[in-house]
Amino acid sequence: MTHGKEHPAYLAHHFSEVEQQQESAKLGMWIFLLTEVLLFGGLFCFYTIYRAWNPDMFYNAHKFLNVELGALNTVVLISSSVTMALAIRSMQLNDRKKTIWFLVITLACAAIFLVVKYFEYSHKFHLGQLPGKFYTFTGVQGNNPHIFFSVYFTMTGLHGIHVLAGMVAISWVLYRTVKNNFSAQYYTPIEMTGLYWHLVDLIWIFLFPLLYLIG
Amino acid sequence: MDSTGTLFMPPGRSTIAGEVDTLFYFIFYTSVVFFAIVVFGITFFSIRYRRQRKAGLTSGLAHNTKLEILWSVIPTILVVIVFFWGFKVFIKMHVPPKDAIEIKVTGQKWFWTFVYPNGSNSLNELVVPVGKPVKLLMSSRDVIHSFFVPDFRIKMDVLPNRYTVTWFEATDPGIYNLFCTEYCGKGHSEMLGKVKVLPEREYQAWLESGSGGGEGKTPEEFGAELYVSKACVTCHSVDGTLLVGPSFKGIFGHVTQLEDGEAMVDENYLRESILNPQAKIVAGFEPVMPTYQGVLNDRQLDALIAYIKSLKE
Amino acid sequence: MSENIALARNYLNTPRGLKSWLLTLDHKRIGVLYLIAIMASFFLGGVFALLIRWELLNPGRDIMGPDTYNQVFTLHGAIMIFLFIIPSIPAALGNFVLPQMLGAKDVAFPRLNLASWYIYLFGALFAVYSMFSSAVDTGWTFYTPYSTETTTSVISMTMGAFILGFSSIFTGLNFIVTIHKLRAPGMTWRQLPLFVWALYATAIIQVLATPVLGITLLLLVLERVFGIGIFDPAMGGDPVLYQHFFWFYSHPAVYIMILPGMGIISELIAVFAHRKIFGYNAIAFSSLAIAFISFLVWGHHMFVSGQSPLAAMIFSFLTFLVGIPSGIKVFNWLATLYKGSISFATPMLYALSFLFLFTIGGLTGIFLGALATDVHLHDTYFVVAHFHYVMMGGTVMAFLGGIHYWWPKIWGRMYSEFWAKIAAVLVFIGFNVTFFTQFILGTKGMPRRYYNYLDQYQPLHAFSSIGSWILGLGFVVMLVYLLHSIYRGRPAGSNPWGALTLEWTNSSPPPPENFDEAPVLTHGPYDYDKVLVEEGSPARA
Repeated sequence: MTHGKEHPAYLAHHFSEVEQQQESAKLGMWIFLLTEVLLFGGLFCFYTIYRAWNPDMFYNAHKFLNVELGALNTVVLISSSVTMALAIRSMQLNDRKKTIWFLVITLACAAIFLVVKYFEYSHKFHLGQLPGKFYTFTGVQGNNPHIFFSVYFTMTGLHGIHVLAGMVAISWVLYRTVKNNFSAQYYTPIEMTGLYWHLVDLIWIFLFPLLYLIG
Repeated sequence: MDSTGTLFMPPGRSTIAGEVDTLFYFIFYTSVVFFAIVVFGITFFSIRYRRQRKAGLTSGLAHNTKLEILWSVIPTILVVIVFFWGFKVFIKMHVPPKDAIEIKVTGQKWFWTFVYPNGSNSLNELVVPVGKPVKLLMSSRDVIHSFFVPDFRIKMDVLPNRYTVTWFEATDPGIYNLFCTEYCGKGHSEMLGKVKVLPEREYQAWLESGSGGGEGKTPEEFGAELYVSKACVTCHSVDGTLLVGPSFKGIFGHVTQLEDGEAMVDENYLRESILNPQAKIVAGFEPVMPTYQGVLNDRQLDALIAYIKSLKE
Repeated sequence: MSENIALARNYLNTPRGLKSWLLTLDHKRIGVLYLIAIMASFFLGGVFALLIRWELLNPGRDIMGPDTYNQVFTLHGAIMIFLFIIPSIPAALGNFVLPQMLGAKDVAFPRLNLASWYIYLFGALFAVYSMFSSAVDTGWTFYTPYSTETTTSVISMTMGAFILGFSSIFTGLNFIVTIHKLRAPGMTWRQLPLFVWALYATAIIQVLATPVLGITLLLLVLERVFGIGIFDPAMGGDPVLYQHFFWFYSHPAVYIMILPGMGIISELIAVFAHRKIFGYNAIAFSSLAIAFISFLVWGHHMFVSGQSPLAAMIFSFLTFLVGIPSGIKVFNWLATLYKGSISFATPMLYALSFLFLFTIGGLTGIFLGALATDVHLHDTYFVVAHFHYVMMGGTVMAFLGGIHYWWPKIWGRMYSEFWAKIAAVLVFIGFNVTFFTQFILGTKGMPRRYYNYLDQYQPLHAFSSIGSWILGLGFVVMLVYLLHSIYRGRPAGSNPWGALTLEWTNSSPPPPENFDEAPVLTHGPYDYDKVLVEEGSPARA
């Protein structure tokens, strides 16, 4: 089936216009982000319920989280969101080199985030501040402090997996940028990855105060 | 089939049953009317407007405001009535009268324990007086169970981490079925009990007998009675059939294979297995038996062991 | 294919080869792949159903012990729900038909579409694994704390359900975007076929509710693996919280199952009554209304689980509210028959069965929505009968109607009308014998999920089991003539039913690109009062 209009290589056969394809991708991505919000929404619900049941225990337990490292990670992630946005802007201006650099910085920030997280986790493992039945730490006052750490590890763990997935996506668009697949006319994958990355960032911005800054 | 009761409902034996049934039959007959309208409509239109040879152009009628309002509003009004009615009766079922007798109910895999105000207890048989409100304070030792007496129209889940409450007032003496209605594993369908409704005086007499029973019986006879009433029968056969647990038939005086090693089945082994069931697990069975500590007194234990001793091959 | 008449170039034969099927991006082929997988699941779930009924023929042991029985009913439920009903209509028929109905060449994201099928297979693999290890015995609801205690393979089944959730989300996402962005030029929202509206409402629920189930099942897995204690009362957790989260998904999921079925019924009744659908707007918007209210009624599964009477009251009220739009639909379908020109081809038999059975299913829901009567009926066979009338009498009847309706489009060939009618009658009778009996069992107090039962229930149980054999026979007959028709059926022609929606304007089977020329809309989907189409000739677009 042929169309009167030009059909560039990046336009899939079942779309008739580039605009239609772009809008579809955006709508699809937003719906996907919505499902992510609901996925974490479930966890935020659990957090709220257990904190409401054990307000003192949550307060006591949260003191064992390292606020400095958490704050550092917040700054790192926000910076990476900025560089991600700049990468998209550069591609809109057809500046491929800058795009590559900004993507590399974003990737580096994500890696720093995970390294910091690793140090936080290993410290807690060492102290026995583990979730559920593995919890051996004795320094927290209140009933069932292991629940706080269950919630902490589940939420930050799931978020960490999302950071990893984001790194894979960023590496992929980086590779395609290097291969010169994108231009000011077509950069949808970078934009979509950007949207996803902002969501990952946003979730952390909620997690940080809820877990580290109670009270 | 149970010949008493109405077409759908079993006989009602509690004060609340009549009210539930009235609502049930109100919904039932209203539904029958609606269903009849739908079936009549389908049948009538199917015959009247069946296709003759080829289809031609048909009516474009796609709206009729009056009709549409009618079929939206009438069902709405009816369900609002049903809603309020159902809620009213539900609240009644939910709030026990102040003077109710309080009985503590414990559900566990796979039997019920009842503890009465004077401290006596019974297994799988709830004994209550007729014409007196009875409040059940329920909890579970393991997973979720649910307490259901169809003839009383009551049901309530029994949870492991909190108490739930239900109540009833029986209207007729008799023996009624009690079911567990929350799936709880292998023995779920064996987690049956009875509710025995006695006239007030007999109930008092039963309570004063300490529910211990066994007077005037040999230990073996008493043990055979306990074997059923204390729910051993749910998991242990006396004819060699393997159920959840090993059979009692011919085990006494023999060596049995354990998960780790073996043991001689004697009085002490049986006593330990009843009071501390996880201590020795017979090979091939799961460690699922609950303890009978506090449920059986020494006289009952002796009788039960005597009964098991009597089950020769 | 041993063809008596060669079919022209179409999506089935172009290109050829197994690889071209396994890597296909064509929504029609993906629909067919789904159809095969789903039918296999339905067969498996059906075998388990027959085993259940066989075991319940008499009290005590007939063919299996209690452990096996508990595993069999769990597998029946889990397979039927997660592997069959949820994907059945949207992923198989929806995938095949939706883009054609819209006049599009494909769904918005064909790769995602194929991925969702592989994810489905992957999830199914976990479910099958849990069958062959020590099969899960928790019931398909996985209630805690039982599900965290039992020694059976809960993890692989819940992981399976978790993975299948992604498949469902991707299908829903794909459909929403396709409906928004890929409609044929000139096709407004008010000109969408009602099946499309139903798929749209379904997709919204799939996208919004499934992630919550995902996180709940994930926590259940973490609970079992790491003992995180969130649902474990011994560790300060709350088992009832699990029920809330589970039903927050699983009640809307009921509408994921029934809404697409309602969509098919709207199509079938209009086509076979050859009549403009009565109350188009009412049917379309009631789908959306159901989709939104369905998120607010989950607590009606928990009237006796210890929640506060206030919560019970609110949930009861909302439950009645969600019933009204379904009632309105039934009346609209009925009014569509008025002054129609009704044909009783097999798809219509299923549509009429649906009206009959779904009405019973809906009305018996009122008994369960009313608080006082629910206390007596909760977790008895009344509930079992009720949801089988809605799920099987509703969704499965609609699915079968849809299969028979679009079968000539999918394969280009007709099945034997004679045998199809026989099967339809067998299924209808078998279904009612099996399940109407269970209403009475339930009101008389027979609890569900019972391996053994009191003697007084035996006659009704036996009657129900006999019904299941009639039902099974009906499905065997169906399997035979459907498979036969793929090879030996007579060519169907592009529009065997004289329908007006766009999927009947192309040839049967459709060409790989769906349409040889981009369709231009000249009439609405149900303009049987204005446009006359001969059966057998293509609907003029």
